[in-house]
Amino acid sequence: MSRGRYGEFGGQYIPETLMNEVIKLEEAYEHYKNDPEFVAELDQLNREYAGRPSLLYYAEKMTKDLGGAKIYLKREDLNHTGSHKINNVLGQVLLAKKMGKTRVIAETGAGQHGVATATAAALLDMECEIFMGKEDTIRQALNVYRMELLGAKVNAVTTGTQTLKDAVNEAMREWSGRVDDTLYVLGSVMGPHPFPMIVRDFQSVISKEAREQILETEGKLPTAVLACVGGGSNSMGMFYNFINDKDVKLIGCEAAGRGVDTAETAATIATGSLGVFHGMKSYFCQDEYGQIAPVYSISAGLDYPGIGPEHAYLNDSGRAQYVPVTDDEAVDAFEYLARTEGIICAIESAHAVAHAMKLAPTMDKDEIMIICLSGRGDKDVAAIARYRGHDIHE
Amino acid sequence: MSRIAGAFENNKAFIAFITAGDPTADFTVNMVLEMEKAGADIVEIGVPFSDPIAEGPVIQEANIRALGGGMTTDGVFEIVKKVREKSEIPLCLMGYLNPVFHYGYDRFFSKCQESGVDGVIIADLPYEEKAEADEVAAKYGVDVISLIAPTSEQRIQMIAKEAKGFIYLVSSMGVTGVRSQITTDVDKIAKSIKEVTDVPVAIGFGISTPEQAANMAAKADGSIVGSAIVRMIAADGEAATEKVAAYVKSMADAVHSI
Repeated sequence: MSRGRYGEFGGQYIPETLMNEVIKLEEAYEHYKNDPEFVAELDQLNREYAGRPSLLYYAEKMTKDLGGAKIYLKREDLNHTGSHKINNVLGQVLLAKKMGKTRVIAETGAGQHGVATATAAALLDMECEIFMGKEDTIRQALNVYRMELLGAKVNAVTTGTQTLKDAVNEAMREWSGRVDDTLYVLGSVMGPHPFPMIVRDFQSVISKEAREQILETEGKLPTAVLACVGGGSNSMGMFYNFINDKDVKLIGCEAAGRGVDTAETAATIATGSLGVFHGMKSYFCQDEYGQIAPVYSISAGLDYPGIGPEHAYLNDSGRAQYVPVTDDEAVDAFEYLARTEGIICAIESAHAVAHAMKLAPTMDKDEIMIICLSGRGDKDVAAIARYRGHDIHE
Repeated sequence: MSRIAGAFENNKAFIAFITAGDPTADFTVNMVLEMEKAGADIVEIGVPFSDPIAEGPVIQEANIRALGGGMTTDGVFEIVKKVREKSEIPLCLMGYLNPVFHYGYDRFFSKCQESGVDGVIIADLPYEEKAEADEVAAKYGVDVISLIAPTSEQRIQMIAKEAKGFIYLVSSMGVTGVRSQITTDVDKIAKSIKEVTDVPVAIGFGISTPEQAANMAAKADGSIVGSAIVRMIAADGEAATEKVAAYVKSMADAVHSI
């Protein structure tokens, strides 16, 4: 019987060549997650290397300006390497090392997961190769150089739409040719089981901390928790420890690109349908014959035609809500947060900030909202400048 | 006896693969018939998919050409129907689960039966997940072909015991494509399969020369060739017919001589 199900979603839809490898990965993970030495080692890396716990910051000016709910920002942008991706890669690369692997490979969209993986590989003495859509290597040229500085080899993927999904295709192809010494460090809560579970568990540190922090500061739970969703790793991490708190609203903000009524969108819940791709049953943007659609978002990190299976389940069960946010709204929010709080966040995270700007004024002043600021925006500054008509290049 | 079983009855089988609609549907229909004349015992028709994660560059590009030319799942069934008007050669569709799933299992496999498809090979449908498709396929008399890989190890006999039609033994790690050498101990895997089933075993991935095809067929019940054929079509388009037919003849002769 199939493993790793969230309702009907999830599973292990991968070529036979990889089946034993994902089974071995699951066994290793189930062992090491309860191994005191592994847990202590990872905890030390999280604290002393990544800089955890991350701050829960009260955005007072934003709160006053919007005139509604009290807004807190979970500052994953302050982590080493500048995003939540480090939480997952430290766990997975350490696991790979324990499994006796000497090489890790990974896909990347914006470059955040690639940079994080290259970083962990440098630290833990692993060979590292990153697969990145050619289109994205142009959009995020600095991150390519960053990965190379960290000792990784970056492969520009020229197949398909040359973005994140094609990078995943190519990483899977590479892994199916070389499993003995190599672990595929998947960057989001997607792919075949056990990846959605492993990535969720490593990312759930976000909500574990946030829940403790808000209870300590405010003495009560938030009314709403918001995060952006591409594959869905920062949002899954932000939601996970609030799932059992039934009164806490969980809101995922999808990239609508130029709008959900256009073809240039990456909003999977809003525009996708049930399918099986990249090892999982979930929702995907696809055509009437099940061909995966070319998707679009200003944000390379959200430019993915699917969503993790646990999100699909949280959506269908009504536990979480998913809302589309356009490029325009995200860029406005990017600028707003910079002006108002002096924080330049990732364009991905700005999707969550944009929805918060709509939602907060409709809420009471004694209500609390937490936004996961999944990454910092240094990588996006030139692209935003160009979006606003300034001819600035990195 | 099923058409697939018949293909293995009197000799080792040579199995040829082409992508539907590469470059046109009419070419595919004609090429299947020509390959049969040249000695192919089974033809696999690739159902193009936007993101074929188990394919090397040659078949990836064939998928892009086919989709670019407008090939669809309905178009594939039209091709099968046209072949069936003239031929009883066993036909397998080969592709990825999403186009099948999205079409609807019942609708897909009933169309298979109606048009004359004998088996379906789905690259991303391993043993643990196959029940959802297999139950429906069985209702319509279509075999869901099982794949066994160099890494299958303790899974080999579990998979083989439930296999139908034939077993697709993947000769090499990685994706489809021509290889100069096949280093997997396919003998050992084939022997392990034979301990638990009489379902024939055909070996694919990486095979391009008559020597390789004969060598692999000798270790099992047949050889499968895809990329080497598709590469000729990529080079010459619709003018590739004679060249492909001659190549298939050389391969089929080598396999049948075992």
